[in-house]
Amino acid sequence: MSAAALNLAPRAESAALPADSKIRNHLDWLESEAIHILREVAGECANPVLLFSGGKDSIVMLRLAEKAFRPGRFPFPLMHIDTGHNFDEVVAFRDMRTAELGERLIVRTLDDSIKRGTVRLHKEDDSRNAAQSVTLLEAIEEFGFDAAIGGARRDEEKARAKERVFSFRDEFGQWDPKNQRPELWNLYNTRVHKGEHMRVFPISNWTELDVWQYIAREKIAVPDIYYTHRRPIIRRNGLLVPVTRLTPPREGETVEEASVRFRTVGDITCTCPVESTAATPADIIAETAVTTITERGATRMDDQTSEASMERRKKEGYF
Amino acid sequence: MGMLGEINGKPGVAEDLGVLRFITAGSVDDGKSTLIGRLLYDTKAIFEDQLAAVTRASSKRGQDAADLSLLTDGLEAEREQGITIDVAYRYFATPRRKFIIADTPGHEQYTRNMVTGASTAHAAIILIDARKGVLEQTRRHTYIAHLLGVRHVIVAINKMDLVGHSQTVFDNIRASFLAFAMDLDIPNLRFIPMSALRGDMVVNRGADSESGGLDWYTGETLLQVLEGINVANDTVTRPARFPVQLVVRPGAGTDFRGYAGRLESGALAVGDEVTALPSGRSTTIREIVFLDRQLPVAVAGDSVTLVLADEIDISRGDVISSAARPPRAAKSIEARLCWLSADAPNATGRFVLKHTSRSVKAKLARLNDRLDINTFARLPSPATLAMNDIAHVTINLAQPIFADTYDTNRTTGAFILIDEATNQTVAAGMIEQL
Repeated sequence: MSAAALNLAPRAESAALPADSKIRNHLDWLESEAIHILREVAGECANPVLLFSGGKDSIVMLRLAEKAFRPGRFPFPLMHIDTGHNFDEVVAFRDMRTAELGERLIVRTLDDSIKRGTVRLHKEDDSRNAAQSVTLLEAIEEFGFDAAIGGARRDEEKARAKERVFSFRDEFGQWDPKNQRPELWNLYNTRVHKGEHMRVFPISNWTELDVWQYIAREKIAVPDIYYTHRRPIIRRNGLLVPVTRLTPPREGETVEEASVRFRTVGDITCTCPVESTAATPADIIAETAVTTITERGATRMDDQTSEASMERRKKEGYF
Repeated sequence: MGMLGEINGKPGVAEDLGVLRFITAGSVDDGKSTLIGRLLYDTKAIFEDQLAAVTRASSKRGQDAADLSLLTDGLEAEREQGITIDVAYRYFATPRRKFIIADTPGHEQYTRNMVTGASTAHAAIILIDARKGVLEQTRRHTYIAHLLGVRHVIVAINKMDLVGHSQTVFDNIRASFLAFAMDLDIPNLRFIPMSALRGDMVVNRGADSESGGLDWYTGETLLQVLEGINVANDTVTRPARFPVQLVVRPGAGTDFRGYAGRLESGALAVGDEVTALPSGRSTTIREIVFLDRQLPVAVAGDSVTLVLADEIDISRGDVISSAARPPRAAKSIEARLCWLSADAPNATGRFVLKHTSRSVKAKLARLNDRLDINTFARLPSPATLAMNDIAHVTINLAQPIFADTYDTNRTTGAFILIDEATNQTVAAGMIEQL
């Protein structure tokens, strides 16, 4: 290092900021943090996987992975846990985007778990949202994944606000909120014993608004159902329930057609659209900036069941 | 939510100063939850369904009005016990910047939690109840913020409505705070009188009361202070440090070889001379790659991929640094350690030390002193360490790390210790001497 110390290169640091360094805005900051986290997973975990559902948050994750690893390939496969209750547009988008990127997609279905007898639904058309944890844990075991990267955000739900970026799961896939590893600076403890794994959330610090601002800035394509479209719906308990093969109208309910968009695109049986005429990311940003209901509150039937429903699902291995 | 929508997602809009992370220190009695609730509520970061859920929960508990502190109580276990377990993160935004609050609870694990929250914070809000003035915990919170290198400290003197908005009370508390904080050499220290409950001087200046309220205070509100804090200068002006996270080598049909990482301090431009460590070899930067773009310059905080002019053996855990001012190579360090684990250090004293993207085997060679965080007294040669202890230690390393002292660089001066048997993160360390 003595040679370096003698170097008097004229470009050595000055106290002034470089002239062409623009101020990094909040999206630059969030993007850089997420890229750093993705690279830490790749550098430290032996066998990671990126969960990709075709939803907007996981689409953003793919864009971040491109920024983290190109011109190289992704150092992990993509995986979708298919509940069999997806919107067709979302599944088509999933396959199209994977092909465009030239990356490998693994699909594991809840139906396979049902056939194996590891998932037993009360009724055939029950929400499959919570049950997908079983399929996810089976897939993690099948491939021996030691890290599953997902697009969950802390602003989504109160239980998520306390979760680490690198969130430890024991050999049963359980999250123990009272016994989480302290997470300091950007030093992530990624170590697990065999059979245990990490859930990693690179966009923990993003809000719904950040996601849409990023989609707008990066001109990222998302499934059409995120934008306004006409759709038959039923008004039930303050929610707009889409009329689908899995969610037919009940006795005495009136079907009407409305201009709607989806804020989240999960399991068909528990995901509802909101009334909207937003046709572009800019329209959605404008709407999101003035909306008065949370993303999940307006659209998820399963989160309303109790004050702690997300927390309980997460303890059992849910994302 | 918030007013950020006005920015319309366009990059580079001058008003968006990026992200400010801050921590709030104080107990529920000081009105900490109320302050956070107030910040979220007045910046319109609270949604109707969240407020409705809180109102429902409040009335279930027999409370008349919505208890804003319930907005920040996340977990079922906490609600049952009426306590807060751990660090939670909250978000709000204004047209000027996005804010991340690390909300840490105030019970016995406080040191551990506050150290965690403060490690990433640009600013700390130290809450004082105007009726009680400076307490032991005020000194403790301020010391931890200082220890973790938080450069902006805002002393929020709360509940001013309960002391008749008295300027004398405010001035006295300010004077007694300065009396003990003088030694800590905090670069940016501010005092704001407020009532979080009424919303005075938090986001808005607040309504006039008969006594004239806080009219005598002509300074900025809390939100104005938070919006104005400049964080870039704290890192960009330091020597360049680029810990390598990955080598990007697509192979087949291309000879591209790049080093992926985040520039943790300083700035690097194409053509700059850099030194790679541990090899010690110098070269220049040929390209700064960011997906399909080439950047002329990267500044602290940017995640990029560097292409160098010469082939040098570099792998994950190495650092590419300013050639003129490289970091020190150290196989033994003196550090201030915060013990985070419920278990004492294992008998072997051996751990894995993680520093930037490098992990090395480490031995806790000597416990030099333990700090009494209430009196600031140093107790020499403690026999062992317990959770929340802050100690000065000597650590020997099996391989060198390339580091700076924590007071000059919060990234390359920080490390964690991991117990290999349990995989637990047992300590957080700040390098004082190399």
